[in-house]
Amino acid sequence: MATAERQAPARRSGANTALHELALAAVVVAAIAGATALLLLAGGYPVGRGLAALWSGSFGSWYAFTSATLVRAVPLMLTGAAVAIAFRAGVLNIGAEGQLLVGAAAAVALALVSREDPGLLALAPPLVAAAAGGAVWAGVAAFLRTRYGVLEVISTIMLNFVATYVVSYLVRGPLQEPTRVYPQSATIADAFQLPRISGAGRLHVGLLLALALAGVAGWVLRRTAVGFRIVATGENPSAAASAGGIDVRKTTMHAFLVSGALAGLAGGVEVLGVTFALYENISPGYGYTAIAVALLARLDPWRGVATALLFGALEAGAGAMQRDAGVPSTLVSVIEAALILAVVAAQAARARRLSGDSAVAIRPVNA
Amino acid sequence: MSELSTLDASFALALRDIDKRYGTTQALASASLQVRPGTVHALLGENGAGKSTLMRIAYGMERPDAGTLTVRGATVRFATPAEAIARGIGMVHQHFTLVPVMTVAENVALGGRGRLDLPKTMARLHELTERTGFELDPEAKVESLSIAAQQRVEIAKALARDAHLLVLDEPTAVLPPSESERLLRWLRDYADAGHAVVLITHKLREALSVADDVTVLRRGRTVLEVPGSAATIASLTAAMIGTAIDDESATAPRAAEARRGAPAASRGPVFRAERITLVDTRGIVRLRDASFIVEPGEIVGIAGIEGGGQRELLRALAGRMAVASGTLSRPPIVGFVPEDRHNDAVLLDRSLVENVALRGAGARRGFIDWQAFASRTTSLMHAFDVRAPGARAPMRTLSGGNQQKLVLARELARDGAMETQAIVVENPTRGLDVRATSDVHARLREARDAGAAVVVYSSDIDEVLLLADRVLVVCAGQLRAAPMEREAVGRLMLGLHGDG
Repeated sequence: MATAERQAPARRSGANTALHELALAAVVVAAIAGATALLLLAGGYPVGRGLAALWSGSFGSWYAFTSATLVRAVPLMLTGAAVAIAFRAGVLNIGAEGQLLVGAAAAVALALVSREDPGLLALAPPLVAAAAGGAVWAGVAAFLRTRYGVLEVISTIMLNFVATYVVSYLVRGPLQEPTRVYPQSATIADAFQLPRISGAGRLHVGLLLALALAGVAGWVLRRTAVGFRIVATGENPSAAASAGGIDVRKTTMHAFLVSGALAGLAGGVEVLGVTFALYENISPGYGYTAIAVALLARLDPWRGVATALLFGALEAGAGAMQRDAGVPSTLVSVIEAALILAVVAAQAARARRLSGDSAVAIRPVNA
Repeated sequence: MSELSTLDASFALALRDIDKRYGTTQALASASLQVRPGTVHALLGENGAGKSTLMRIAYGMERPDAGTLTVRGATVRFATPAEAIARGIGMVHQHFTLVPVMTVAENVALGGRGRLDLPKTMARLHELTERTGFELDPEAKVESLSIAAQQRVEIAKALARDAHLLVLDEPTAVLPPSESERLLRWLRDYADAGHAVVLITHKLREALSVADDVTVLRRGRTVLEVPGSAATIASLTAAMIGTAIDDESATAPRAAEARRGAPAASRGPVFRAERITLVDTRGIVRLRDASFIVEPGEIVGIAGIEGGGQRELLRALAGRMAVASGTLSRPPIVGFVPEDRHNDAVLLDRSLVENVALRGAGARRGFIDWQAFASRTTSLMHAFDVRAPGARAPMRTLSGGNQQKLVLARELARDGAMETQAIVVENPTRGLDVRATSDVHARLREARDAGAAVVVYSSDIDEVLLLADRVLVVCAGQLRAAPMEREAVGRLMLGLHGDG
């Protein structure tokens, strides 16, 4: 009988999966602590003080957790979800940084010219503008890809530079503050500032928005027809088109635009919730860290909430390490990069283990 | 033991007591293979029997858990294919490992050591083509070559590195009949010159016609080692699957004969083509002014030589391609089983459930009820005898035959709304073993008997004749009805018609 040969079911029970994930998270955190200790040792820094600063600056106090770690985690959750969706669709959107900047500029511009409406409704137009700005910026790369076959890896990176200089121009030109002294915009009116979460320091309601959107994004990918089209297209566009009747071009385009919108929204949330003005360097590279966030979360936006928290904590702790122990914050960048390499290697090893006798050794690369 | 090693010295390649385990799967359990120089050695077995694994070990792509490997008497351990190549072993994989944008000469030079000396490679190639009789233009880009020519490039690659033993994995699966014969003749000559050939194949007749020795693997064990002259289709089949199955080809055509003349359902044709012309992606006309119908409850076989226009015809029928002119009426939903399963039919890294859900994904709206798809997958697995670790296992973990059965199950599944089933299949049993092949054939017949309109293309004329109730032949853009007779179909495929 055929069934006699079937092996133990591959499906794990829900509790088991959660436990597995938790164990994995513990391993990652332990690895980070270990690697940091080693690097501190190698650099001749006080290991104990460095690690203590890393902890106290990230999770050590309620203030550090909310005002440093979570405040940084919010844009990472949104850009992380942006990158995850794009990558799942087979779109290598490296341009979350640029889309974030354009989103931030659009939100500030709208907030500065709009009349102030009282209440939460006032927040909608600048946030929508931020999402639209990010989508338009991603749309440029999406158009170049679908129309002319320009690789989005190249175009999105280039558009990051363009966005940086667009912001530079704006804060010295059309959007510069009235005194025309500083390269930054005027502060936006109170009505457009995201309310803070009471008792949580600088933390703003953008957190709730980020959590909701990451949840929705994860749910869409897992449970809806649209999400499945994205996953199938990213996995194998040829089979998606031939066996699934999926309009691959349209699906790719949609995923790209949604990705841009989420990244743009991250910029909008950042200026409306944290900086209240546009200036250069509003992002310490959130759009790039987002790639790490998404990859570590294995391209699941909801799991990305946890990895965004981790990277938010690392960046917050890095600042504290620099202040309190004199350790260059770039050390944390080394850790982050090493983490990504470890994740990518582990995934490759897993894929190798899975391929058996009749599987093809060399996977065809789908552009 | 010393007796054994002197014995091994007389073999071009000897694998002994090889064990290999992947996770929980025992791929090989003390498998053996002894290849004498100057012979063609057929290696047979069902999918998953361990043929490929054994040869990947011989070629240094995998390391055995236990067992010994000797090449011309020397006991060796290969860590990489490069070491196997250095010992004179060459391998031609089923999926070619060529760089399409590079020339033949560049592909042959690829993998060599030191400085790239193209003139030297060219000279070597010229010498090779002269010696082997291969017609290969060293300057031609590989992507512009036919499949058969690409295969010759793969062989040339191995020969350029002085291979004395060639391993070919299902080499004729991708070739039209005339090219297959040519290849087998060449392999015979190559072996007669003192070299050795290991031919992994599913085609028993082919093995019998060319092989000096035959080794059969079943579930990772060597179950039969005989001279080709002592083997019969029945004995090999029995060794491969454990029990003798009827020689299908002997009985089935008669069954087809008996069915002919049975009244077709009165609902009218499922497919109706009136003077359709098909143009491929490069703008070349592949089929001109073709008219035909396909009735419910019949299997229409399509035959044609590689590039004859059948590829486009099948895709037009399946709704994957638009007609350039003429009218084609067909059901809104047509099942399609393309020949390139890995590229066009499945998501290798997704679960069986998701692969089942893939059908119709383009038109689906709202939420996906994964629970429903999971139970549907389970029932399809039962109905089509798909062997897998589970419905949630990645497609990649299944053997080729089981992947194909799942694809067929998915494409044959009847949607509630559909009145008539229609399915188009292209080389449905390519690379499948005997049992999986007869399973696939049985499913297609069942679908036909249940009233479906089935269109089958196979590059194997025998398979077309075996399955089809009637045959259409595509040749040079023309579509013709053919008699149900091998020779006549073969002649039409070559563009010869009439009796003269």
